[in-house]
Amino acid sequence: METDASKHDDVLVEMKGIWMEGRSDEDWHPIINGVDLKLRQGEVLGLIGESGAGKSTLGLAAMGFCRDGVRISKGSVHFDGIDLLSASSEDKRKLLGKRIAYVAQSAAASFNPAHRLIDQHTEAPIQHGIMTKAESEADGMELYRKLRLPNPDEIGFRYPHQVSGGQLQRAMTAMAMACRPDLIIFDEPTTALDVTTQIEVLASIRQIVEEFNTAAIYITHDLAVVAQMADTIKVLLKGDEVEEAETREMLSNPTQAYTKSLWAVREFQRPAKPAVLTGATPVISVQNVTAAYGKIDVLHDISFDIHQGRTVAVVGESGSGKSTAARCITGLLPPRIGQVELDGASLPLDYRKRDRSQLQKIQMIYQMADTALNPRQTVGDIIGRPVEFYTGLTGKARRKRVEELMDQIELPADQFIDRLPSEMSGGQKQRVGIARSLAAEPNFIVCDEVTSALDQLVAEGILRLLADLQDKLNLSYMFITHDLATVKSIADEVVVMKDGCVVEQGPKAEMFTPPHHAYTDLLLSSVPEMDPDWLTNLLQERGVDNIGDAAVGKMT
Amino acid sequence: MSGLMTFLIALAAIAAAGWAFRFTGQKVTGNAPRFRDMAFAVAFGYALGTAVLIWAVWTYVQAQFILPEAEANKYFYFVTAIHGFILFAVLAFLFRLLGRAVGTAGSRKLFRQMPLTASFGVLVILLYTFFAIFAAWLAPHGQEQVFAQANVVPGGNPALGGDPAFPLGTDQIGRDILSRLIYGAQNTVGIAFVTTMIAFLLGGSLGFLAATLRGWVDQSLSRLVDVLMAIPALIFALLLITVASAWVKGTGLTIAMVLIMALIDSTRVFRLARAVGMNIVVMDYIEAAKLRGENLRYIVFREILPNATAPLLAEFGLRFCFVFLTISSLSFLGVGIQPPLADWGTMVKDMSSFINYAAFAPQVSSAPLLAAGAIALLTVAVNFVVDWMLHRSSGLKE
Repeated sequence: METDASKHDDVLVEMKGIWMEGRSDEDWHPIINGVDLKLRQGEVLGLIGESGAGKSTLGLAAMGFCRDGVRISKGSVHFDGIDLLSASSEDKRKLLGKRIAYVAQSAAASFNPAHRLIDQHTEAPIQHGIMTKAESEADGMELYRKLRLPNPDEIGFRYPHQVSGGQLQRAMTAMAMACRPDLIIFDEPTTALDVTTQIEVLASIRQIVEEFNTAAIYITHDLAVVAQMADTIKVLLKGDEVEEAETREMLSNPTQAYTKSLWAVREFQRPAKPAVLTGATPVISVQNVTAAYGKIDVLHDISFDIHQGRTVAVVGESGSGKSTAARCITGLLPPRIGQVELDGASLPLDYRKRDRSQLQKIQMIYQMADTALNPRQTVGDIIGRPVEFYTGLTGKARRKRVEELMDQIELPADQFIDRLPSEMSGGQKQRVGIARSLAAEPNFIVCDEVTSALDQLVAEGILRLLADLQDKLNLSYMFITHDLATVKSIADEVVVMKDGCVVEQGPKAEMFTPPHHAYTDLLLSSVPEMDPDWLTNLLQERGVDNIGDAAVGKMT
Repeated sequence: MSGLMTFLIALAAIAAAGWAFRFTGQKVTGNAPRFRDMAFAVAFGYALGTAVLIWAVWTYVQAQFILPEAEANKYFYFVTAIHGFILFAVLAFLFRLLGRAVGTAGSRKLFRQMPLTASFGVLVILLYTFFAIFAAWLAPHGQEQVFAQANVVPGGNPALGGDPAFPLGTDQIGRDILSRLIYGAQNTVGIAFVTTMIAFLLGGSLGFLAATLRGWVDQSLSRLVDVLMAIPALIFALLLITVASAWVKGTGLTIAMVLIMALIDSTRVFRLARAVGMNIVVMDYIEAAKLRGENLRYIVFREILPNATAPLLAEFGLRFCFVFLTISSLSFLGVGIQPPLADWGTMVKDMSSFINYAAFAPQVSSAPLLAAGAIALLTVAVNFVVDWMLHRSSGLKE
């Protein structure tokens, strides 16, 4: 990704003074406030910012497109000399799909499940009259090969549900490339993927963009990812441009305070705790658990202990059985073999057979605060119900306890107690989720990917809050995550899982120093770093076929 | 053949007019996006709409002002429809203005976002409710009262066989149609409302129960519902009412009908409630409630129900229409609401033979259509309101 004079200097996209507004109820609210954007042929621009900063809206505006209920109120968008805002819909139809392509965040939701991949791939070239069906199919297979999809000659004849998420994302990139566009807009293409899958997709996207000299706008909230992909980075905050600079310049020398705070996020680290006394009774002890959905075993003989006041991080990619292990502890999925002990006493396997005090001691915080809080209940009711249910407090006493809890999660009670979940931001909702579990006065909390749906700044706030609460209330956490940066900052012990087995476990310091188990090593090496040369170096070191899922395949 | 030729020529003329409209639009406005991006089909639609409008205005003017009265009378229904349309449009508009001016901040906001169709729907529903509740005071005569003048033509015009004392005429045995229409609102709408309520209580709670408990409860309830739904609703209702009529008579039969209808309709509600409930039950907040140790009642009524109100309310509106139409059908077939209670379906049935007069004496044939119109108007109004509610809950902004 060198930016040098060898690339064309002609401007491909130019947006000037773009103001955008979105409608909610009866009023128009500003989304983008006067942002300029310039993109040259073959250049990759990274757009970063928190959710709600207007990244996707701006990205779509570069195609002259607005989502439902959004409008461009001022400004101009020129693509290769064509004014996209005043162009006729016929002219735009000729551009979109042919010279401008879009890759959405969730390929699984964006492919039509009723058609084969190759048929969707060939649609644009045929519609635009660039290639015949046969030519386009051959070209599609070639692109699949370039993107290193397995069985490139056959994979196109599968339906979207028959291929994995990472493969779909690559097939979608191939589809965007079908007409060899001048501009591709990538809208968080790897956010929903595991690290090992993400790295493969990143490598493929980068290779193909470079090969065809395509200009791209890469939208993401992950700084480490954008550092690998972009020539220049533009930082957005609530619709305003914070700064724009060349990638290395931006990483080494950010000028604005906000950018600096973004860069500093990954520095939160807790002091190491002394080793657990031998012979201490663990709060939760999972012993030789094997569990099955239907007749298929998904957990195989796993055991680990969680001690008082400590955090055990359970890591692994999706499908490795992390959440299933949590469901065994909470009793939602009774294990087929093995048992779970709470404070040394064996727990009934099914949650329905546990008594109230046993239920009270084990609480959960969920990944998606949106689905974890009842949208029709106010914050006061959400937190107040467990208070009333477990401690029997009612009326004023209950309200006082709710206010105490809201104080602990750092939300002002007078402002928030009557709000509905829809009237709060993602981070605030997650705090309410934490308060609900604290309301039960538990000993042990399962945190299921609590920060993965949040922006980095917000996520860091949540991690700090959880750490504080642990110190104050002597809680134990089981922290399920696939993000190793989170593990580094909060965990005391680490359990690595793969295919329903525990691959490796031990104190954090040990886990992060070599030698590792081969799988742990792969996971660690797949986490993008802020160094713009990281991906290049890794590829050189390991070769294209030894990263990500390809390497996992070789391991077994 | 010449009819076909005329049709084709008219079609070609409209197509040409559409093209000309778009072309002039582009020239006059200097290629404004509205005309530039207009598809030919859209332009054709505009031309067709204009042609129909011109025809309607022309016919109306002919019928009202130009043709002699005897000949103009054959446009009676057309003129009445135009009058009704304009009247309701104006009323709906005024009603919306009123709603925007008075009331709480919330209700004023609601009225500001309301389309005219929804305001029409709300107004009609309010009017029906008003008539249904105060029928005894509003109706000029009793619903069972028989007068000497039978078969008075609606319209109150003595020249055409009307009588100013009975503005909407009387039926074959001399009962005042206006009074019976007003009492009919009470009987038909009231019974339909009660039936729908029972159907929702039954179907809704069982549906949520099936969604929450799953397993054999869900299986047996769902299969039972499948069996009930496999039998055509109207025929099944007829069958059950015939069976019931062996034991009960008069008012008892009406109650039996309400229960039978509620049972049949609750199967549809069950399916909806179960489907909606299933989507809610998988949410994490339900899991959190289960892990807290909450009982079934709390989970169904406090956690699931508040989140299912929007689709259920929309379904309530539609279901109400269906129940209401079925009751009218049953009454028309003679097994529904029993005389002497006034009922719109029975009124249509009793006077249905007058329809044959439509060609030469439209006023006479309007007698059965008054009750039919009352049914149609309410159905349309409820559907407008439901459409609006669904649009609001869908979150679409255009």
